[in-house]
Amino acid sequence: MSRVLKFISARWMVTYAVAYMIFLYAPVVLLPVFALNDATIIAFPLSGFTTNWFVVLWHTEALHGAIRNSLFVAVTAAILSTVLGSFAARASARYSFPAKRSIMGFIMLPLVLPEIIVAVALLVVMMRLGMSLSLWTVVAGHILICTPFAIAIMSSAFQGLDQSLEEASLDLGETRVGTFLRITLPLVMPGVISSLLICFTISLDEFIIAFFLTGTDVTLPVYIWSQLRFPTKLPSIMALGTILLVLSIGLLIIAEWFRRRASKKQGLEASPTGGFV
Amino acid sequence: MSVKRNKPIIELNKVTKSFGTFQALKGVDATIFEGEFFSLLGPSGCGKTTLLRMIAGFEEATSGTIVIGGKLMTGIPANKRPTNMVFQSYAIFPHLSVGDNVGYGLKTRKLPKAEIAAEVEKALKMVDLGGFSDRAAHELSGGQRQRVALARALVMRPKVILLDEPLSALDKKLRDQMQVELRNLQRSIGITFILVTHDQEEALIMSDRIAVMFEGEIAQLASPEELYRHPVSHRVASFIGVMNFLKATTTVADDQEITLNIPSLGTVSVPASYMPAGMDADTVKTIGIRPEMLTILFDDADKSTCRVEGTVTSTMYYGDMTYYSVKLSDHDDDVTISMRNTAGRSIVPAGGLVQVGWGVESIVLFK
Ligand SMILES: Nc1ncnc2c1ncn2[C@@H]1O[C@H](COP(=O)(O)OP(=O)(O)OP(=O)(O)O)[C@@H](O)[C@H]1O
Ligand SMILES: [Mg+2]
Repeated sequence: MSRVLKFISARWMVTYAVAYMIFLYAPVVLLPVFALNDATIIAFPLSGFTTNWFVVLWHTEALHGAIRNSLFVAVTAAILSTVLGSFAARASARYSFPAKRSIMGFIMLPLVLPEIIVAVALLVVMMRLGMSLSLWTVVAGHILICTPFAIAIMSSAFQGLDQSLEEASLDLGETRVGTFLRITLPLVMPGVISSLLICFTISLDEFIIAFFLTGTDVTLPVYIWSQLRFPTKLPSIMALGTILLVLSIGLLIIAEWFRRRASKKQGLEASPTGGFV
Repeated sequence: MSVKRNKPIIELNKVTKSFGTFQALKGVDATIFEGEFFSLLGPSGCGKTTLLRMIAGFEEATSGTIVIGGKLMTGIPANKRPTNMVFQSYAIFPHLSVGDNVGYGLKTRKLPKAEIAAEVEKALKMVDLGGFSDRAAHELSGGQRQRVALARALVMRPKVILLDEPLSALDKKLRDQMQVELRNLQRSIGITFILVTHDQEEALIMSDRIAVMFEGEIAQLASPEELYRHPVSHRVASFIGVMNFLKATTTVADDQEITLNIPSLGTVSVPASYMPAGMDADTVKTIGIRPEMLTILFDDADKSTCRVEGTVTSTMYYGDMTYYSVKLSDHDDDVTISMRNTAGRSIVPAGGLVQVGWGVESIVLFK
């Protein structure tokens, strides 16, 4: 009886998994397919192969501006989030202070808050404060949502760091700053790089906050959204999406590689679910 | 006293340490001398590591003072103290080569590269790792890591090297070997070593003097021999080796002699000098005698000073030794007797009636 049940449930699991994968990834696969299709209408059957849509992207000035804005926001947000995240992770890994759990929980909250709530709340606050919307307000919003990720990554980097290594360095006559530069930083460096890449990726394709908080300078996702109103632009958006997809996957793979290398350097077994990929 | 008393190198004056409401150290007083091999011995949680870390400068004393080389250490951080530590986990920097690990401290002193390399090689040779300079840290075995950690401290030529259970991660054979090596090395270079250990055998083998600690206090500070022969309390006596305790009362005492009535052994007289400091004749409640100080008499020709009859209750055969549990009288628990197994000597089975020989000079008096 139980063997039959087992057999059925095993078959159902496989079916479920396959359906799940199709649902998740089919649209993603369609992206490059239509980006390379020689027709303005997004529909089957495919009519022919072209790289024309990529050429169109190359000549669109507004797009280049949006890319520059996005890069600025993503790089700035990634660096600042990683710095802030490192401080918080270090503090929580090394020291005990009153209400540590609640404080850490509070910082991690944006991880589960709906972005739309964060975006609207930030908009209201900034309006109240009389701040004019600009790329900097987008950066601020992105730091808010990226920092929890940075903390999670840096926490595992600092937790894997044996405290006696830093003590040994001090013991051998090195200063605190020297210890940080010669021991701590090299050992958590893979974590830092991994955090930078993840935060960069999150910021780069974040739409809601960027949409609410940006002024006249649009970021890439906001630009893409604005272009969706024009059906003829659709294939070139598909091309852009393809490029972004490849870039994101590439960055995530590099980030994960650094995270695993960090664990290995510290002589630990890298847990497959410890990171984000 | 086998220790030659040089200048004091470390003076601990009423050092206490509290973590919140918990008092980890309750006023430690000790003086450690130049060139000494000094051990802190005690059960887990007695505060050995805490004391060592305070000497190293990783923890501040709650009260009391630590003086190293005549200088008050209060407020002086670890990187400005003339001590170096060998960590229990060895704390080998995983991203640096063996040579860079050992040369780490010299680099902070801004020595020229060639000089560092020469010093590093010299230190590595001292710990039998000559030519290992270019190896990666993670390629080393446990024993080799321990040696690298030691070389890293030695190369700094500190006044004091602090070792926190440096051998506990090694297997028994390697540990035995390293105990001897460490001892010989310390003798030859003459740097003061302070060793933390919970292994009494290790402390006895290696140390010039041992401080036995219980619950944040030094219970006894003495040479290994003194500690083993004249433990000041039941607790010290049973922590260092095995001790048989027998009930006793003083019957007569004068300046010369104390006469004791020991129900299990009979009436004996010991010289008054056996009385430990801080005790008087009336406070003697028990006597102690080590297992190897008791013998089972196998032939009547053996002329031991005293003998008493007993019954073997159990026998444990260890190859070179046999441990007997023997009931001497109803007044006391069974005593343990250890006998070296020699050719032709038979093992007495449980239930056997035996003559137990003992000497007055092996008796220790306790409260
Ligand atoms: N940072 C700390 N905060 C709170 N309590 C501490 C701290 N460090 C040590 N203790 C406590 O102080 C006591 C002594 O600790 P210590 O590490 O010195 O023991 P130890 O003698 O080295 O023991 P072991 O042989 O297990 O290493 C222990 O009860 C420990 O719980
Ligand atoms: Mg300890």
